[in-house]
Amino acid sequence: MNSPTPAALFAAFFRIGITSFGGGLVAYLRDEIVTEKKWMTPDEFLAALEIGQTLPGLNSVNVAIIAGRRLAGPAGAVAAATGLIIPGAVLLVVLGLLYIRFHKNPDVAAALAGISAAAVGLLLQVTLKIGAKQFLNPLDLGFVLLTFALVGLFHVSLPVVLFLIAPIAIILRRPRSAGGQP
Amino acid sequence: MRELVSLLNVFCLLSLLAVGGGSAVLPQMEHETVTVHGWVSANDFATIYSLGQMAPGPNMTMVGLIGYKAAGVAGMLVVLLAFYLPSSFLTYAASHVWDSFQNNPWRNSIQKGMAPITIGLMLAGVHAVGKTASYNPHHSLHFNLITCGVGLAVTAILFAKHINPALLILAGGAVGWFFLRGI
Repeated sequence: MNSPTPAALFAAFFRIGITSFGGGLVAYLRDEIVTEKKWMTPDEFLAALEIGQTLPGLNSVNVAIIAGRRLAGPAGAVAAATGLIIPGAVLLVVLGLLYIRFHKNPDVAAALAGISAAAVGLLLQVTLKIGAKQFLNPLDLGFVLLTFALVGLFHVSLPVVLFLIAPIAIILRRPRSAGGQP
Repeated sequence: MRELVSLLNVFCLLSLLAVGGGSAVLPQMEHETVTVHGWVSANDFATIYSLGQMAPGPNMTMVGLIGYKAAGVAGMLVVLLAFYLPSSFLTYAASHVWDSFQNNPWRNSIQKGMAPITIGLMLAGVHAVGKTASYNPHHSLHFNLITCGVGLAVTAILFAKHINPALLILAGGAVGWFFLRGI
């Protein structure tokens, strides 16, 4: 497997950062790293994704950090993450300045109301899609609704909720066989 | 200066609490930035979030705009660093030691146990943005019927067809411009 320089990593992730309109970033990353550049095998990428999903932070940024480190050390991790984030951040600055300048204009306000309404629909669809398994399992559904109620309705602080509920949820899913340790 | 420190505190914590992705901290972020600190209005928050969905790259880079509204360019940089650095450091460090945990049966338990909590948090995120953008008591029933309709239509279309969500959000903007002007 050929290993890229940090500059090559930055260029590759920058390209994803500028073309990945509409989310689904992990698929873009896989196409580039595994299919196009062949920097990682499918299994290596899957392993990186598993770590990225388990740890806090955005999955796409975490995968960029892990892949960057594997391929070019600390400089590679920085190059991959900044390449991914910078293009969108620059575009958002432009959009944000336009928003601050024009949001009182009735035409702009109406269009923005429609955009926000559509974004809620997108988030709802993503939630239902990736949560399909949890919504259909009574025990999981209980945790979904409990978390929703505590955080969404009663504004219990997130650290408190995680500290109280996560250990219970994890212990209920504890490894079945006691002799699982190799 | 005090504002920058508050921004740093809030977003560093959110970074480390973002279990299962950025959407999980949306309700807490809305509460902290709108209700507790008043950096942005509820309406700003909903709009900034949706602008973030249209931009390419990681969909939570929009947090930078909250920092910008709170404390200008310095606020934006502080928030972006605070939101991305802590979790990135953790991931960097953890990917070093991960291999020794790979066959540990508890890893699977953690993923299975955390999954419904992440989904509950995302649902709370839908509510956090939706209570301003979709079912807002300050707007007329007519207005709310249209915003809820747009949202549900987007959900249904995405389940039915493989289509770029950024295009649907733009279409939502067109529908809003046409139907929501002056009501």
